[in-house]
This record gives sequence, C-alpha cells and structure tokens, in this order.
Amino acid sequence: MNIQKNTFELKSGLAQMLKGGVIMDVMNAEQAKLAEAAGAVAVMALERIPSLIRRDGGVARASDPEMILKIKKAVTIPVMAKVRVGHFVEAQILEALDVDFIDESEVLTPADEEAHISKKDFKLPFVCGARNLGEALRRISEGAAMIRTKGEAGTGNIVEAVRHWKKIQREISELSDENLKSKSAEFRVPVELVSKIKKDGRLPVVTFVAGGIATPADAAMMMQLGAEGVFVGSGIFTSENPEKMASAIVQATMNFQNPEILANVSAGLGTAMRGEEISQLETKFAER
Amino acid sequence: MKIGILALQGSFAEHAKILEKIGTEFLFVHTKLDLEEISKLIIPGGESTTLEKLLKKFEMWEEIQLKIKNEELKIMGTCAGAILCAKFGARWEVDRNGFGAQQSSFSTILNSEKFPDFRGVFIRAPRFEKINPAVEILAKFQKDPVLLRDGNFLGASFHPEISGDPRVHEFFLEKF
Repeated sequence: MNIQKNTFELKSGLAQMLKGGVIMDVMNAEQAKLAEAAGAVAVMALERIPSLIRRDGGVARASDPEMILKIKKAVTIPVMAKVRVGHFVEAQILEALDVDFIDESEVLTPADEEAHISKKDFKLPFVCGARNLGEALRRISEGAAMIRTKGEAGTGNIVEAVRHWKKIQREISELSDENLKSKSAEFRVPVELVSKIKKDGRLPVVTFVAGGIATPADAAMMMQLGAEGVFVGSGIFTSENPEKMASAIVQATMNFQNPEILANVSAGLGTAMRGEEISQLETKFAER
Repeated sequence: MKIGILALQGSFAEHAKILEKIGTEFLFVHTKLDLEEISKLIIPGGESTTLEKLLKKFEMWEEIQLKIKNEELKIMGTCAGAILCAKFGARWEVDRNGFGAQQSSFSTILNSEKFPDFRGVFIRAPRFEKINPAVEILAKFQKDPVLLRDGNFLGASFHPEISGDPRVHEFFLEKF
C-alpha cells in the first residue's frame, strides 16, 4: 500500500485545522496547560516571550529541548517552537524533538542575513513572518506551509500588524495580467506563483496575524480584516489575569463579528499588557 | 431543515467547498439559535479541546445533546469531529493523536468496499478503539477502522474535506 508522508498537503493541512483559532506563546508546562484549557488551538513553546526578549536584550536562540519536551508532554494540542531565521540546525533539532510546527522567527536573533531555511527539505511544516506580499511569497517558495504577519512582537501595539496585513491584501489586489511578470521579478519568485495569487485573490496557505495583539478587541479586529486566526505572544502572560485574558481572546477570535459577545468577554479582564510606542523601540524585530 | 457546518474553528470552509461542489445548501453554525434550523450537523477537523470548550461556553453543547436524544440531529464528524461524536454518545472511544504527532501524518488509499479508492488524509489523526460491535465499519487503514457509523453518527479519523472526494459527504446527505 502506498503511504505518503510529509507532503505539502499534510503540512498545509495542519495549518487548515488551526483556522479560526488562537496560538499562544507559553514558557512552561503550567502555562501550556492554562492555554489549552482556555481553548488555544496550539501553543508556541519558548523560553522568553517577546516582551522579555525585548527587555533583556542579548542573543535570543531556540529554546532548551528539555523545556520543549515538558510542554509537549503537558498538552494534546499541537506544539510549535521557534528557530532563528536561517538556522537550519535549530530546525533539525526541533524535528528530532517531534514538535508539530516550526516558526522561523524574526523574534529570535537572525542567524543568517542572506538566506532563510530551505523549508522544503524538512518533514515538519513551517510558519514564517511577512511584512508584505514579496516576503510572504519568498517564504512560500522556500516551502512555508503557513504565513503570519510580523507585526512588532512584544510591544502590545497592534499598529504594525495592521500595517502588514493591509499591505499584503493591497498588494494582492494590485496584481493584474499586465504586471505579473514585473511583480514576479520584483518579488523574486516564479511567475506561476504570482499568477495563482492573482487568480485566487489570496495567499495559497493559511494566513494568521501576529505581533502586538493584547486584547480580545485586537484579535477580533484582525479577524474582521480577514485574518484566519491569531498568534498571541506576550499579551496573555504579561496581563494581570492570564487565565481570563486567554479565554477572552479565544472567544473573541471565534465570535469576531458579534459585538455583544465581544463586549461581554472584554469586561473585567484587569490590566492588559503595558504597550510600547513603535517609534520609541530600540530594535524593530520586523525589520529582520 | 438544513445541513449545518459547525463554524467555530477548524476546517469548516473546506467542508463548505465540498457541499458547494455537490450542490447542497448549508448553514454555518455559530450560535445556539442556528442549531434550531438544522437536522444534520457536520463537525469539522480542528482542535477538539477548543471546540468542546466553545460549544459549552456558548450553550450549544446541551442543545446538541438534547437534539440527539430527541433524534432531531444527525452528526458527521471528521477527526476532531469524530472525537466529539464519541462525547455525544457514538459508541466508540478515541485515542487522541493515536497515529502520532505531525511527522506521522500521512495520506493513503483506504480499504473500503463502500468507498473504493478513497484517499484518506490523516493529520495528527485520532485512533478509534473500544468500538461497540454494533457499530458499522465503513473503511479501514491496515487493521484500523477509520470510518464508522453508529446510527445517527458518522465518524472519520481522516479528512474527506481535504482530499476533496465528495462521496463520504454524499453518503451522509443521502443515507442519514
């Protein structure tokens, strides 16, 4: 019997199962359990959430395998973990740990300024960040099975995620039969891929929003703008009441068109994470 | 009465595409009120813990149980949906991710007289176990039953909504 494994259908298929959901950053097994109980569709295992990376500075690398394995043991939902941009050995290690999804992430310190990981060489699916259509298509050409906006992680400020999301949508709508060739040259991807985007009016993989989501309203706003789900990094475990905040963001994401439910779940959450003005930042992760 | 697709989370758009292909009208089910209009419900692939939590939070869980008890609702569940079928009373149990993590995901032609050459797509798939002898086994992969019917429940551990073959959906629409 012919059994196929690690195909693009199976990789992008897992992303399809996550649609409409919230993926939460967690730093230990307890937080992972809390996220699962709140209704997260997956957890992102990492040693320091983006706001702490921002605060502490230094080189941010892939997390300790021991910590990732503990999280994997604690939950039944998919476990994702981050590797540095271009660091294919960190990705090999995550594959050996048998996590479910790899995030090649600008939140960590980049390892290679010339090239991203050749994601087609891996068995596991990858999600990658993008600020615009060109970045998204280059990552997809490299084999990414899911795209997320970069936003500006660890700031609790949604403005960059909105900018990136709108830019990608605008650039898709501006594709025409006349500019397919010039756009494929500009984006440095095959013209067939650009042509498919024009025909479908969307990216060929599931697209989430990430970077700066701090409240249920932020999540619902991105869903109303057309996102297929959200990543919440620092927004949950730097809030006053993580359990309530996690549950509220999940409910808001799934009822993004229902202002009554949004009002209801937004009430009495305590203080959300303290936000940062983008212009005051020392390091912009999105520019990596 | 209409066909509903539970649209809280997961692969509901893919199920909708198949029903469009067949030419069947359907309703996306978001709330308890939506449940009043349907006699059949498709529960998509997704995360079963997430779906269960939300169904309970939005008071749909009890409503679905009641409709099943009164024989007013038939359910087709794929992957996470098949896990929820068991929680709603289908007589099988499920080992979540029994086929392993993502690297163990696979696709293959199923062993089925009813659906010859059907390609099953298994993503972090659950494994059925402790299946009541009265349950009808409609397809297998090697020794494992992967498509089950128990009265008003149809459960698949794979994703017919991903492979795009409409036959399992047609069976649910015509024979239930």
